[in-house]
Amino acid sequence: MASELDVAYVAQLARLRLTADETKLFQKQLGDVLKYAEKLKEVNVEGVEAAAHAVPMFNVFREDNARDWFTATEALSNAPRKANNLFIVTKVVE
Amino acid sequence: MTKLDLPALNIVELRNLLRQREVSPGETLQALEERINAVDPKIGAYLVHDLAAATAEAEKADVTLPLGGIPIAIKDLINVEGQQCTCASKILRGYRAPYSATVIEKLRAQGAIPFGRMNMDEFAMGSSTENSSAQVTRNPWDLSRVPGGSSGGSAAALAADIAFGALGTDTGGSIRQPAALSGIVGFKPSYGRVSRFGLVAFASSFDQIGPLTKTVHDSALLMNAIAGHDSRDSTSLNALVPDYTANLGRDLKGIRIGLPKEYMIEGVDPVVKSAVMAAVKQLESLGAEIVEVSLPHTDYAISVYYILATAEASANLARFDGVRYGHRAEKVSTLFEHYARTRAEGFGAEVKRRIILGTYVLSSGYYDAYYLRAQKVRELIRQDFVRAFEKVEALVSPTSPGPAFKLGEKTTDPLQMYLADVFTNAANLAGICGISLPCGFAESENGKKLPIGLQLLGKALNEARIFQIAHAYEQSTDWHKARPAFEPIAA
Repeated sequence: MASELDVAYVAQLARLRLTADETKLFQKQLGDVLKYAEKLKEVNVEGVEAAAHAVPMFNVFREDNARDWFTATEALSNAPRKANNLFIVTKVVE
Repeated sequence: MTKLDLPALNIVELRNLLRQREVSPGETLQALEERINAVDPKIGAYLVHDLAAATAEAEKADVTLPLGGIPIAIKDLINVEGQQCTCASKILRGYRAPYSATVIEKLRAQGAIPFGRMNMDEFAMGSSTENSSAQVTRNPWDLSRVPGGSSGGSAAALAADIAFGALGTDTGGSIRQPAALSGIVGFKPSYGRVSRFGLVAFASSFDQIGPLTKTVHDSALLMNAIAGHDSRDSTSLNALVPDYTANLGRDLKGIRIGLPKEYMIEGVDPVVKSAVMAAVKQLESLGAEIVEVSLPHTDYAISVYYILATAEASANLARFDGVRYGHRAEKVSTLFEHYARTRAEGFGAEVKRRIILGTYVLSSGYYDAYYLRAQKVRELIRQDFVRAFEKVEALVSPTSPGPAFKLGEKTTDPLQMYLADVFTNAANLAGICGISLPCGFAESENGKKLPIGLQLLGKALNEARIFQIAHAYEQSTDWHKARPAFEPIAA
């Protein structure tokens, strides 16, 4: 399994630009980690339910009540770029 | 004692002086500030601390409250309104929290004063605090060694007597391991016991906020303040919170404690092993009955943890997109480049590594082989603990296979760093509670004492029993009274 990891491809999926050196280094290091994790193949998991959480939890509901939260100014207080009380994003459509 | 000696006190001792009006909250902060200025340049535990803001809070402090006037240091990933919250990452440099976490509101409701932002591994990913983008934190017991991580700033500050108590977070051992390596007490609550609202998420099904303190009693006091249901965190449990100090001082007669046979592995430092076995004897002499138990899936815990935690992290860290907050790359020509460069410039190496691994195990074609399989083995590990806790009330083990390692010793080999989490990861997979407390010392080649941590694990929501056992052990030994010998820069 480990040899199938293509760090350059996964980096695209993760929206992360890596240098050639980083790509090479991670390929080796994560290859080692995945090789170690191959021992999971030994475990018989037939009929075992996948645990998404450590504590059995089901849907948690609350009343759909409005409450005070951030003002636009507060929500924008950490924005790297903003204008007219809005976030500025990079152009999506040409 | 003089005011300069105040920072050596634990919370219970300081509280007594504050209540008797022997010292004021403002004087306490002043003494703490002086010691931080004298000591922290050597340690590097604090990223920032704001004496003026804390003093304003201290002037209004009600010392009759359970934590009235006590300064508490906060790991730099828990939001305190108006203060920085960078997760020791470049991507959040300059970020100011627009609101406070529930744990901060709860601490303040009991009179405590959040004071200082503590160094950590970037986004809590690491076991040595070396992944901080901001600064190095050194172990007060030996300045050439790591304090552990990821809550290394919090742990080192307590060991160096530059904090009275601190909050950290534990996703795979990040409270317990630095507590062990720094010779203090670190407590990981059961999953859901403490609200995560206002905590920057790393791996949401593992993360828990918990206290780092000088004593078990202090730990129980902080848990009294921060535990409890919160409607703003849908994973917080609606369960009764007992008084965690109520059992302190009770003996251990009739309490069964398990020694997991799978934890007697090779690769544990012999000095650590003998210290833990001596602690087991001590627990027995205090009335506990020691029985061998089995956790058959122990050998898989690290693999499961690093698959699931990185998967969750890769999803959680997708929010750092350079739009709403944080670093944003300049002069980009496409949206893809905007994201890819923002994240490349903002994240450090370990965070990138984990995002890649997490994205990979969730990606099409590999999801079943890695992520789904790991979730199933997680369930088997959880069941191991459920079965063990049918026979015993606590499990005992080392916290870490060795004492503090040298700065730089493991940074080039992530797998070796991950393997050091062997005793702590499983508790997060199973959602149970655990504590690390001092149980002895190893000695470095240059003659420095290096603390050893004893881990006690308890059934989910059975925190009170763990505090009882830990307190009985602590009070029958002198380990917690030892302090590192290093010279402050100026008196």
